[in-house]
Amino acid sequence: MIKPIYSKGKIVAKTGNEAMAEAMRQIEPDVVAAYPITPATEIVQIFSQFVSDGIVKSEYVAVESEHSAMSAAIGASAAGARAMTGTAAQGLALMWEMLYIASGLRLPIVMAEVNRALSAPINIHGDQSDTMGARDSGWIQIYSENSQEAYDNMIQAVRIAEKCMLPAMVTTDGFIISHCMEVVETYPDKDVKKFVGQYKPQRALLNTKKPYTLGSIELQDYYFEHRWQLAEAMNKAQDVVLDVAKDFAKTFGRKYGMYEKYKMDGAEIAIVVIGSTAGTAKVVIDELRKKGIKAGMIKIRVFRPFPAAMIAKDLAKVKAVAIMDRADSCAGTFAPLYTDVAAALFAHNEGKMPKMENYVYGLGGREIAPEHITAVYDKLAKIAKGKAKPSNKVEYINLRK
Amino acid sequence: MNRAQIKKAASCQAPLRASEIAPAGLVEAGTSVEFNTGDWRANRPKWFKEKCIHCLLCWIACPDSSILLKADKVKTSVMTGIDYGHCKGCGICAKECPVKDKAIIMEEEKK
Ligand code: SF4
Ligand code: SF4
Repeated sequence: MIKPIYSKGKIVAKTGNEAMAEAMRQIEPDVVAAYPITPATEIVQIFSQFVSDGIVKSEYVAVESEHSAMSAAIGASAAGARAMTGTAAQGLALMWEMLYIASGLRLPIVMAEVNRALSAPINIHGDQSDTMGARDSGWIQIYSENSQEAYDNMIQAVRIAEKCMLPAMVTTDGFIISHCMEVVETYPDKDVKKFVGQYKPQRALLNTKKPYTLGSIELQDYYFEHRWQLAEAMNKAQDVVLDVAKDFAKTFGRKYGMYEKYKMDGAEIAIVVIGSTAGTAKVVIDELRKKGIKAGMIKIRVFRPFPAAMIAKDLAKVKAVAIMDRADSCAGTFAPLYTDVAAALFAHNEGKMPKMENYVYGLGGREIAPEHITAVYDKLAKIAKGKAKPSNKVEYINLRK
Repeated sequence: MNRAQIKKAASCQAPLRASEIAPAGLVEAGTSVEFNTGDWRANRPKWFKEKCIHCLLCWIACPDSSILLKADKVKTSVMTGIDYGHCKGCGICAKECPVKDKAIIMEEEKK
């Protein structure tokens, strides 16, 4: 019998989408503007049911596209509302230009995002190409390993976003998390509402007593300063993420950080991974540890802001590390996560680096099984012993070349 | 940015630092008064006071709020001139002026 961690918590069975919709019901934002897209449809569909049943007082804007969804969320947020949306893949891609406007205008919109492959070929299954593409948009990115994390991350994201005046997206892996029924602990509405608090924007366009212009033109003279302010706010968001996590742990008992370290104490070989695959990797690591192999893992929770200095410290003593990317960068030097981890290690460890490899896996929902991860560790063990050389290019897992 | 900052910024003398400006390029209301938009005008509206019937159609149409008004003795608004600091010379006022022998005409700006 699974027991709740929080004294007033309730153990329920929920899919990732249901968990995210449940968090949204409890947060009860002022405005939700969304357009359905597989595999994120259910999140906003369930939420729209809450609205029509009068369970929440939120305004639901059924728009004609994701571009409009983000535009409406931007308008609502600028007006002073707590605004949310949800989407996946092509939907996020269609929001593209508006993502940069949301962050540039420093609007704390929270998005439930389900990671899905980008077309073409058309595919509805999970990979992280969609949000990896949005990594430089000035949005905080929080990834979830399972439904519980999706639920917890949504609750925390609201506070993080509003404190930083930055938009935030919380993601789950398409179908693997979004559609799989899991055990989730939910907290009472009252406690979630208290944790999230009331949104008190510093400035709101609807406050006609203190009018201002938002979204004016800035050319060579001031654009740069405002983009720097945005980058700086993203850098500082790390402290906010950790503060909110601390309070979350104090309130509900679950601990979160920028990333999770799994068996990293004394680890000689490690992988760095994002999302649901971390769950599979934990099983593999437990097996390896039983055999005396010092395997560990870093599971990235917050990819933006990227915890460069912390990761560099935690990987400093590892002999060989494999960075697992569920997105390709099509002839970038390496895939996105590798690029960040390698740069972090290079910049913070005075050039001392573990041996590194980069694997791209699971595109379009392609299976990633324990044996695939075991094979990665086997290679790492050889590299650590000096019996094999790390590849100097992206390697692909479970691909028929 | 507030009014004083806009004045400073518009003068291009001492650009403000990122630490001095509000996030998101937020600009306080009413600050455009400090921003001189009239210096790139190619055509200049010329107003003939004696022909003007004070219908204020030009005031309604002017996109840059550059038609100057004041309240007369009976508290009715009357036109008093053109704010050349902000008038961009678009000619809408001259076009809209209903007086047959136009009370506003456009002339070439001589710098
Ligand atoms: S020319 Fe254009 S900007 Fe100038 S006063 Fe007439 S309408 Fe206004
Ligand atoms: S539109 Fe012509 S007549 Fe009417 S107020 Fe303006 S200048 Fe005078």
